[in-house]
Amino acid sequence: MLTKRIIPCLDIKNGRTVKGVNFVNLIDAGDPIVLAKQYADLGADELVFLDIAATLENRGTTLDMVLKVAQQVNIPFTVGGGISSVAHVNALLKCGADKVSINSSAVKRPELINELSEKFGSQCVVVAIDAKQVDGEWLVHLAGGTIPTAINLFDWAKEVEQRGAGEILFTSMNHDGTKAGFANKALGKLATEVNIPIIASGGAGSVQHFIDTFVEGKSDAALAASVFHFGEIPIPDLKQALKNNNIPIRL
Amino acid sequence: MRLVIIDYGAGNIKSIQFAFKRLGVDAVLSNNIPEITTADKIIFPGVGEASSAMQMLKESGLDIIIPTLTQPVLGICLGMQLMCNSSEEGNTKGLGIFDVAIKKFSKRVKVPQMGWNDIYNLKSDLFKGIKEREFMYLVHSFYAENCKEAIATTDYEIEYASALQRDNFYGVQFHPEKSSKAGEQILKNFLEL
Repeated sequence: MLTKRIIPCLDIKNGRTVKGVNFVNLIDAGDPIVLAKQYADLGADELVFLDIAATLENRGTTLDMVLKVAQQVNIPFTVGGGISSVAHVNALLKCGADKVSINSSAVKRPELINELSEKFGSQCVVVAIDAKQVDGEWLVHLAGGTIPTAINLFDWAKEVEQRGAGEILFTSMNHDGTKAGFANKALGKLATEVNIPIIASGGAGSVQHFIDTFVEGKSDAALAASVFHFGEIPIPDLKQALKNNNIPIRL
Repeated sequence: MRLVIIDYGAGNIKSIQFAFKRLGVDAVLSNNIPEITTADKIIFPGVGEASSAMQMLKESGLDIIIPTLTQPVLGICLGMQLMCNSSEEGNTKGLGIFDVAIKKFSKRVKVPQMGWNDIYNLKSDLFKGIKEREFMYLVHSFYAENCKEAIATTDYEIEYASALQRDNFYGVQFHPEKSSKAGEQILKNFLEL
């Protein structure tokens, strides 16, 4: 049976992990490769690296990091942040990234999704959508959730699927950072409207939140950062608890 | 041990090379026919679209060479699918090594299947030390029907063949190079065949 995925997200700046990470016995908490290996050993199903300060100048540094992760880590990983061209994606995949995640660049130029899926296959194209519920309507936001658009989340999700996205990474800006649970209502609606996998992001604070997003939100995967980085929810405990709640999970 | 990964322009083959490197084996990427035919072991990778991948094989003459190989050959993901009779993806003929057709998952399930699913009915030395229902990482929209040459099956919508074998030819739908320690064991088993 296909299992639900648990995905730690690592924020990267100049090839280093930036968000505080508090692992026991970790020599260098800023080294993304050390962290990635540790997460893989703990049973993470995939990893996401988000280049939060992506610029043309530091592109080489990120590529170098991707290469090192691919050399040393034996689970799949996605790279996102500042990706807006076929050439850039080609370089990331050549360095060994399994998938890339595009966000604002896809909103600005939706054809990018078609170009990437035609050239590299849908399986490596993740479209990240940041959305916020404003007066009852879910609106897509750009630039890390700071710039609102008039685009409806569900319309956009259907469009990205049709254009060839292989997966959607949906972050609710209303829930992100709150540790009060994922946006399960919106996630559940997304699951009925599109037929590609959906990664839930934003709001993880407890084991119960993960159970809820898989059951109520019908999510295929759940992404979180701080609850993993600070050891608030150890991944082996989380996965065991999910299994005890009859959620298909890889142990 | 001379291990060659066939490089015909399809997909992320670096990951496979790195996985063997972690096992201490340097794999050569090559599309050179003499280099391929004289290798001890061959990996036939592939990610992307089936009909265009077949086209690339034809352009290099590899479509003729691959079915004649006598050393152990391991097709991975699309590589395995291309070793079959035909594929519904781009309605293309395959290399005809495995006597089975590649079909598309229906809309009753999410497509692509993406993530970790279990393999069972394990039947080959390729799976030495691998327990029934071990998890493997899969990303695919098309599948091989269950058939006589299946050496592993997986459930997604239906029970399908997630690995195939005929003589020296092996194929796996999953990505052993991305399937943690169990995946590494399968690659190690292949090297020891």
